[in-house]
Amino acid sequence: MIKLIGVAIVILGFALKLDNIAIILVAGFVTGLVGGMDIVKILETIGKSFVANRGMAIFIIVFFVTGTLERNGLREMAAKLISKLRNATAGAVIAAYGVLRLILAAFNVSLGGSAGFVRPIVVPMAVGAVEAKHGEPDEKHVEEIKGMSAAMENVTWFFGQVLFVGGSGALLVQSTLKNLGYSSELVDLAKVEIPVAIFALIVASIVFNIKDKRLTKTLYASGKKGGK
Amino acid sequence: MAFFADPKIALGVKLLEVLYIVMGIIVGYAGIKTLFEKDHKAPVTTAIFWLSLAVILIFGKWLPPVVSGILVVIMALPAIIGKVKPGTVNAPDSKYTRQLAEKIGYKIFIPTLSMGLFAIIFAVFTKISPLVGVGVGVIVAMILLMLFSKDNKISTFFNDSKRLLDQVGPLSMLPMLLAALGAIFTAAGVGQVIAEIVGKIIPKGNLTVGILVFAISMPLFTIIMGNAFAAITVITVGIGGPFVFALGANPVVVGMLALTAGYCGTLVTPMAANFNIVPVAILDMKGRYNVIKNQLIVAGFVLVFQIIYMLIAK
Repeated sequence: MIKLIGVAIVILGFALKLDNIAIILVAGFVTGLVGGMDIVKILETIGKSFVANRGMAIFIIVFFVTGTLERNGLREMAAKLISKLRNATAGAVIAAYGVLRLILAAFNVSLGGSAGFVRPIVVPMAVGAVEAKHGEPDEKHVEEIKGMSAAMENVTWFFGQVLFVGGSGALLVQSTLKNLGYSSELVDLAKVEIPVAIFALIVASIVFNIKDKRLTKTLYASGKKGGK
Repeated sequence: MAFFADPKIALGVKLLEVLYIVMGIIVGYAGIKTLFEKDHKAPVTTAIFWLSLAVILIFGKWLPPVVSGILVVIMALPAIIGKVKPGTVNAPDSKYTRQLAEKIGYKIFIPTLSMGLFAIIFAVFTKISPLVGVGVGVIVAMILLMLFSKDNKISTFFNDSKRLLDQVGPLSMLPMLLAALGAIFTAAGVGQVIAEIVGKIIPKGNLTVGILVFAISMPLFTIIMGNAFAAITVITVGIGGPFVFALGANPVVVGMLALTAGYCGTLVTPMAANFNIVPVAILDMKGRYNVIKNQLIVAGFVLVFQIIYMLIAK
């Protein structure tokens, strides 16, 4: 029973928003000590595991080009690609961003998150789509467009990144399974997630388009079409 | 050097080690550059963090495990006291990026996709780790970028990657630290204890019940902890192992889906502030929970889909 103290430390620590790294180290040392390990053995276990899992730091080598991709106009071209949608509704713009983001996430490339891409590009494009059809957009509609864009950003990133062969999530699952005595290949772990990623993208796109349509119907009088 | 000359060691193992050494050099550069930044808020402690990581990455294979363990602790200390800070930002200005976008055009997507592409090629066609494929993809991307624009020099890549490393900071080490914690849990026998307790609550030997409990406790614990990575190490050892995999379920399918079941928890918890609360501020939104509200329905559907998927593909 006392061995569970480490689990309790992790759950409480994360829930109380204490420093994540401190929680993990404290939980590790306390669990090791109550589990009959000495300090040297604990340090050895940490060192061995950390070295064996250096692959989880693969983001470092990915960063080696992503920063320069940004410098060379990646965001601008992504924006241009989305803007090719003509006569789009706000919902369609958000869905198009979802498709692009999911594909790029599967290649482990982010366009810059909420601050780097959603705020400067996706939201203005979606709001612009509303303006083109209905004139001044309703405040409530704008708030929901922001919420849906941020939600699309998260959903496609979470479920897209697990498609990347060698993503940190799959590596963590692989090492956790290995501790239990099961071996797994990264490419198989990625394959498992393909249906989930497609389903998540479709559901998000449908839900957000229905919501956008409903908002458009209730917020703008039908006679106002095209008025600017 | 003997390691790289030894013909008995497979090429893939050597290449993986080369990859770790390159990663160490990139991080080491960030650490050393930090020391020379005049207006840096915490140059020494930040450098200690990145440089100890660099040493583990480069020499990990040859260091005694206890030394690596001590280095991990040394690396963690500046992070715990909050003294790992970003340096001078060298973000490209938008005038420059627009100019290059016009010059390079859609070709920019070729280097963008090359990392993932080579990871897949290595996974499918070779016995070498796909991580080495990522490394090869990075080299290809670099060559292309250097051909696209003469401004892209080796130093550009180093400085741009330092900017991104500064942005993610110590929290990027979370998966590796959690894996180490998982190793201690296993060594100390935490799994058995959880299994005994859970065994008193749910019937043993029923795979369907086991999968349901596994798939639902993942998002539940993620909601409390705010982090699916932290949840997966604990829940897989305690529930996944004894109540799902031991009964013959496919660990690759169910074990991996458990992680993304946890992601459904991430989508609905304010504890995952980075994803759900910070964007509210960034986007100037009025409702504090309006990102989460938009994710609720999607997360629900995706969770149900995954549970059914687990039950069918087990």
